[in-house]
Amino acid sequence: MPKSVIPIGPYHPLQEEPEFFTLTVDGETVVDIDVKVGYNHRGIEKLSERRTFDQSTFVIERICGICSTSHPFAYTRAVEDIIPVEVPERAKYIRTIIAEGERIHSHLLWLGLAGHFLGYNTVYMWVWKLREEILDVMEILSGNRNNYAMFKPGGVRRDIKSEDIPLVIKKIDSIVPTLNRLKKAILDDPVLHARLKGIGILTREDAIDYGALGPTSRASGVAKDVRKDAPYGAYDKVEWDMIVTETGDVFEKVIVRVLEVYESIKIIKTCLLNLPEGEIDLNIKDIPPGEGIGSAEAPRGETFHYVRSDGTNRPARHKVRAPTFMNLPTFKVTVIGETISDATIILAAIDPCYCCTERMAVRNTKGKKIYHGQDLIRLSQEKTEHIKRKMGIK
Amino acid sequence: MKLTLKALLKSPWVFHLSTGSCNNCDIEILDCLTPRFDIERFGMLLAPSIKHADVLLVTGSCNRKSAIRLKRLYEQAPKPCLVVAIGECSLSRGMFIHSYNCPLPLDKIIPVDAYIPGCPPKPEAIIAGAVKLIQKIKGNV
Amino acid sequence: MTREEILNDLKKRFKNDIIDLLDKSPKRVYIEIKPESLVKVATYIFKDLEARFNIASGVDARTHIEILYHFSIEYLNVLISLRVKLDRKNPAIDSLAQVFKGANWIEREMYELLGIDFRGHPDLRRLLLADEWPEGVYPLRSDYKEWDKKAIRDRGV
Repeated sequence: MPKSVIPIGPYHPLQEEPEFFTLTVDGETVVDIDVKVGYNHRGIEKLSERRTFDQSTFVIERICGICSTSHPFAYTRAVEDIIPVEVPERAKYIRTIIAEGERIHSHLLWLGLAGHFLGYNTVYMWVWKLREEILDVMEILSGNRNNYAMFKPGGVRRDIKSEDIPLVIKKIDSIVPTLNRLKKAILDDPVLHARLKGIGILTREDAIDYGALGPTSRASGVAKDVRKDAPYGAYDKVEWDMIVTETGDVFEKVIVRVLEVYESIKIIKTCLLNLPEGEIDLNIKDIPPGEGIGSAEAPRGETFHYVRSDGTNRPARHKVRAPTFMNLPTFKVTVIGETISDATIILAAIDPCYCCTERMAVRNTKGKKIYHGQDLIRLSQEKTEHIKRKMGIK
Repeated sequence: MKLTLKALLKSPWVFHLSTGSCNNCDIEILDCLTPRFDIERFGMLLAPSIKHADVLLVTGSCNRKSAIRLKRLYEQAPKPCLVVAIGECSLSRGMFIHSYNCPLPLDKIIPVDAYIPGCPPKPEAIIAGAVKLIQKIKGNV
Repeated sequence: MTREEILNDLKKRFKNDIIDLLDKSPKRVYIEIKPESLVKVATYIFKDLEARFNIASGVDARTHIEILYHFSIEYLNVLISLRVKLDRKNPAIDSLAQVFKGANWIEREMYELLGIDFRGHPDLRRLLLADEWPEGVYPLRSDYKEWDKKAIRDRGV
């Protein structure tokens, strides 16, 4: 049976690069998948060795734009682990507030994109408008919408003024009614159930074997979260729940992320209302020789940094591991056996951080039709329309 | 060539390309399309493919792998096509200037018409940059 | 099992393989083992202690090349790091990709950035670097020199 090879085109409508995922299809079913990465490789581990420990924080923030706080969080914890030393209480609370604000904006971003791939463009526009409120909050707290530059080894760089806190809480509360409406719409919509339930299943054994992290593994029943297993910051002083579901299909991954937004809102409000007084920075001067490991829970999973120091003011080795590095190979088990129109939403469901993800192109070896990633997204949207017509909803 | 360019500027279709960035600038470009900043009311749409594009928005610090594809895509774009470099990484590679995987800055690979600095530039800055480019082409600046 | 029981059991079970066990703090344990015993010890930690494989870091210490394999045991909040030291001229070690699939990509990355050979890896090819990158040039080594004549490294001001 002749098989065609499809390299998937742009997974995101804006990005156009030739090759990333190569799907081998037999008719409509995917039989094999290969992943090529390296389009975003900028050699940051080598760059860290030229900078001092403090300057490295600025380079580390720009590894990823969406999970931009989790990398400096893990890095500063790794440097503090070399000595080892604990930061002051107020600094822990401020770090937690910034990290949770980023988690909300990242999950909302993903929800909008998932809506776009399925054909629900209204969801895309509404959710991104909602996300602007959170970016306003981050701008009030730290001065920038995206790269906050709040972390340094030993504490935080800037303080939160207490006169800003009532306005921040008001803005965070204003997104909850729309979020409730969205949650109800997702849980009740029959088209979404037909589209997302039972596809792209990642079993518990595979999640453990590949070392999958974050909501990708929590949707498969693996109850692991760095904030609960090895608490850091202010996470052990606040009441919150870890969201875990059983099946591991795409629908459960959506549910886990939506419910995590509510938990993050709870954590931020508790931390803002109970912010302790005190110092925000330890003023570390010298890092002794040794090695340290730090980890933080990014919106996509656990970020892991390993730093080795030889007594000078520069790292001798800095190893960075983003969570998507462990989640990407799970494509081999989730996409094989599914149809091409489901391929985009399954690939998007692990929430690949763009800087590790590129494009996918589609090429038929017989030379007949060329699908672009735009075409694959269109196929996915057409499948939703088809299901709607079958159910009599229009 | 000048006449076609001036005619296209009433509603430029933009095509976005990332050559190895942290994706912050890409998200800010997407933010311009969402209801708060909404550049679609000026006629700027996202083109689905390079053959429909009038303006090419480039972000990222030009990896070795991406630079080859960038050249190929630029040759496929029907001229006239304006190129806008967004963010520090595409201006001069920013802090990645010593990286072993980023040998050349963007304007040594393809010709650039406008530069928008920032890390990342706010959506207001991107819109201001687009307006300046349009005015320059129309000959007002 | 408690933390002390696990460490004592490891010391007894692998007493010919462990060179040094450093109990640095309640959350961090560094165990140095001989390169030949890597698969045995790693399989025991992954399967029997039910640890999660975090990542492996390759380091070019000037006199030798080291690899650290990090495993997390969540229910005890302990991170065990296995250290192996390899010869700098010809670094080679057995691959762990058959034991758990999470090691597949990180071994490919260490192969192309540090030049370590993994015996028995099912698919050892380039992961991140471009195809035009020359063979035998390893960026993360401490003696890496700029080989590209056309690269521009100043801003021109």
